[in-house]
Amino acid sequence: MNVVVCVKQIPDPADPGALEEDHTLKRDGKLILDESDSYGVEMALQLADAAGGGDVTLVSMAPNNETSGLRTALAMGAAKAVLVSDDALSGAGALDTAKVLAAAIKRVEGADLILAATESSDGYTGTVPEQIAAVLDLPSVTFAKHVEVADGTVKVQRQTESGFDECEAPLPALVSVTAGVVEPRYPSFKGIMAAKSKPVDQVTVADLGLDPSAVGWAGAGQEIVDVSPAPERQAGEVIEDEGDAHQKIVEFLDGLKVL
Amino acid sequence: MADYTPPLRDIRFVLEHLAGLDDLAKLEPFGHADAASVFGVLAEFGRLMSEVWAPTNAVGDAEGSRHEGDEVRTPAGFREAYRHYVAGGWPAVPFDVDYQGGGFPWVVGIAMQEMLNSANMALAMAPLLTQGAIDAIAFHGDEAQKETFLRPMVTGAWSGTMNLTEPDAGSDVGALRTRAVRQDDGTYRITGQKVFITFGEHDLTEQIVHLVLARTPEAPPGTKGISCFIVPKYLVEEDGSLGDRNDVHVVSIEHKMGIRASPTCVLAFGERGDGGARGEGAVGYLIGEEHAGMRYMFTMMNNARLGVGVEGLGLAERAYQQAVAYASERVQGRAPGASPGESSTIIDHPDVRRMLLTMKAFTEAMRAMCYVQAAQIDVAKHHPDEAAATEARELVELLTPIVKSWCTDLAETVTSIGIQVHGGVGYVEETGAAQHYRDAKITQIYEGTNGIQAMDLVGRKLPLRGGAVVRDQISRMRATVAELGGGDPEGDGEGDLAVIGARLAEAVSTLEAATGWMFEHGVADPVEALSVATPYQRLFATTVGGWLMGRSALAARAALDGGSVDGSERSFFEAKVVTARFFAERLLPEVHGLVGPVMAGGRGLFALTPAQLAR
Repeated sequence: MNVVVCVKQIPDPADPGALEEDHTLKRDGKLILDESDSYGVEMALQLADAAGGGDVTLVSMAPNNETSGLRTALAMGAAKAVLVSDDALSGAGALDTAKVLAAAIKRVEGADLILAATESSDGYTGTVPEQIAAVLDLPSVTFAKHVEVADGTVKVQRQTESGFDECEAPLPALVSVTAGVVEPRYPSFKGIMAAKSKPVDQVTVADLGLDPSAVGWAGAGQEIVDVSPAPERQAGEVIEDEGDAHQKIVEFLDGLKVL
Repeated sequence: MADYTPPLRDIRFVLEHLAGLDDLAKLEPFGHADAASVFGVLAEFGRLMSEVWAPTNAVGDAEGSRHEGDEVRTPAGFREAYRHYVAGGWPAVPFDVDYQGGGFPWVVGIAMQEMLNSANMALAMAPLLTQGAIDAIAFHGDEAQKETFLRPMVTGAWSGTMNLTEPDAGSDVGALRTRAVRQDDGTYRITGQKVFITFGEHDLTEQIVHLVLARTPEAPPGTKGISCFIVPKYLVEEDGSLGDRNDVHVVSIEHKMGIRASPTCVLAFGERGDGGARGEGAVGYLIGEEHAGMRYMFTMMNNARLGVGVEGLGLAERAYQQAVAYASERVQGRAPGASPGESSTIIDHPDVRRMLLTMKAFTEAMRAMCYVQAAQIDVAKHHPDEAAATEARELVELLTPIVKSWCTDLAETVTSIGIQVHGGVGYVEETGAAQHYRDAKITQIYEGTNGIQAMDLVGRKLPLRGGAVVRDQISRMRATVAELGGGDPEGDGEGDLAVIGARLAEAVSTLEAATGWMFEHGVADPVEALSVATPYQRLFATTVGGWLMGRSALAARAALDGGSVDGSERSFFEAKVVTARFFAERLLPEVHGLVGPVMAGGRGLFALTPAQLAR
């Protein structure tokens, strides 16, 4: 079974650097594999393994032909990658990103299943996977916490606030996976060395048959007006035990509606 | 519990600018070890250390390893951490490709060892000792022995130990009494008891390969009569599978000040006499020739002693990270310059700054020294030009006692300052700062106490090539002084590099004077040299540390002047120059205070009788 995984290469969250003048993240340095994508890569490797073979292909979009993050996923065991790199993509929004990734996915022959994270760790729009499914006219299942494939069907346990839904869809399909779906492996020494020579197909927007003037700032139909820091986390509530602490904790939990 | 973040940026800096990684990649066996591959490997390895190994460190200290019957159980999480390490293929990285190694330079393996030690030194001792045993077999074993033992040891599937010490044979290995008797089939039967055997028994691997020093019946006394044997825990069948249990068993494990999770075993060889048809004694296989065991130990010594220096480096780094994190959070008092009524984090207090910069500067100098030494081991082994290989070999010989003693003495200092930064809570075990200090102490003692290192330096290393090897090193340091501009009287002497150069020039002159004294008085009367070997060793090592920090400053300045460096890169290089200047101005000058103790010679050391010493 062949699985495509959409992966994003992002600035290291530990050292994101300053924002550009247009309020976007600086992406001209080294980029790393978005940790939330490592789950999809691992899931894909396990599904291909369980199916008795097939390739895992990465699809990504990043400036300057950046491949550092892709190499991490290749070191985990993915076979190859398609990387769309084009200055025209600067300022891309969710929808044009989805169109570009969908076109890139079409370059991968025989994809049975497409996996993505539920959202990226730098943009957080959380809409790209579903938009890709819509562009490709594929069934889409979101928030998978368990994925199985059998007889041309993908069966998914879909995380909800109260538990999970059992869903299934015919292949090919697109599934977005949560961080709980599997535990990503650590790349091995041999995997890292082998990743150096795995093929990365580097393409431009035009190579994909898309119009460069319809993507990026030109095609995003959006503008970032202002960026403000996230509010600092509020201090927690300290309950002094005067014999009734247990009662106060119960009231607190009751207020959260978790009881 | 304290987090550990692999210091990848500084590791890269030292590998690129001081250890000459690019030049190593040009050597024949290291063609595949280009910089991008090396740093990719180190980054992923660092992640494993930080996420999987580091959290086991405090648990291991609290639980310790436990001796139960014939077995030793390692603390919670150790088996899992070790399994990850082996599954990733990491133990093999710096070893020969012929035995399933990764064929990477030794210096890359040393960078990995630093991270292993920072993450969990007690657990890191299992691979460290295995490495020693691999070296011995790889250098001196026959083909059959290599075929049987090396592959599973290189991959980490089997572990190894080094069995030298006995109750009455510690620093004086020649006094050992364990016996080895040759059998008709060419194997030997080993009987005796060994103490202080690191990971002599444990539950991390199915097989343990003991390397044992023993004496054959007709052996001459002292070190000239020692032979070296392979004694596996399980005999190995023709097909490589494990067969009968050999007669080597754990008697007890020690309760120690530090590295409590590392099982330090008393091992008994041939005490049960349950060998059946094999006869009494543990089955052993001679490595190389009889009576050559001590010579073989010497071939491994440079690597082993560097490995212990790297333990010191790893502990210092972890202690430093913990101290900075605490000092950035702990609010206490009002620092100079803070508004009235405002409380400050202690990192804003000048004396805390002094402590943190001392930790940082020492740790970075230790890293420079360990990696430069490791890179010289690579050059010595693989450089096609005989002159270049010889120069590297001589430098390795000279610096071995310096790296071992300085990095472990400084580990004690840095981990102690780490506690001091924490104040009262640092003295409380839950804080975790004290563990690093307790763990560090042993590094000054084993693999040749630091006193033995000093004897090695003055007795064996100073006389190398009639004193020319040490003179070559002084010339190297003078060349760096010249580069720093410190030797140039025309300069205004105010810039960072000029100041570093000036302080280094003074230190080198002091070392030269002390070295001259050592040659003059030590040759005439060895007691004079041995009496002051330790302060001389410290003086020498601190000057070498200053030299490497000077080279660091030059490289950082060049990177800054090269342009197009901004953000966190600029900040890193600027910090490097500041740190180097701190070292030059505030740490390096200790060498001048050591001249007096050196030139005091042996006078008065034996003026008191033992009775007077006891009062």
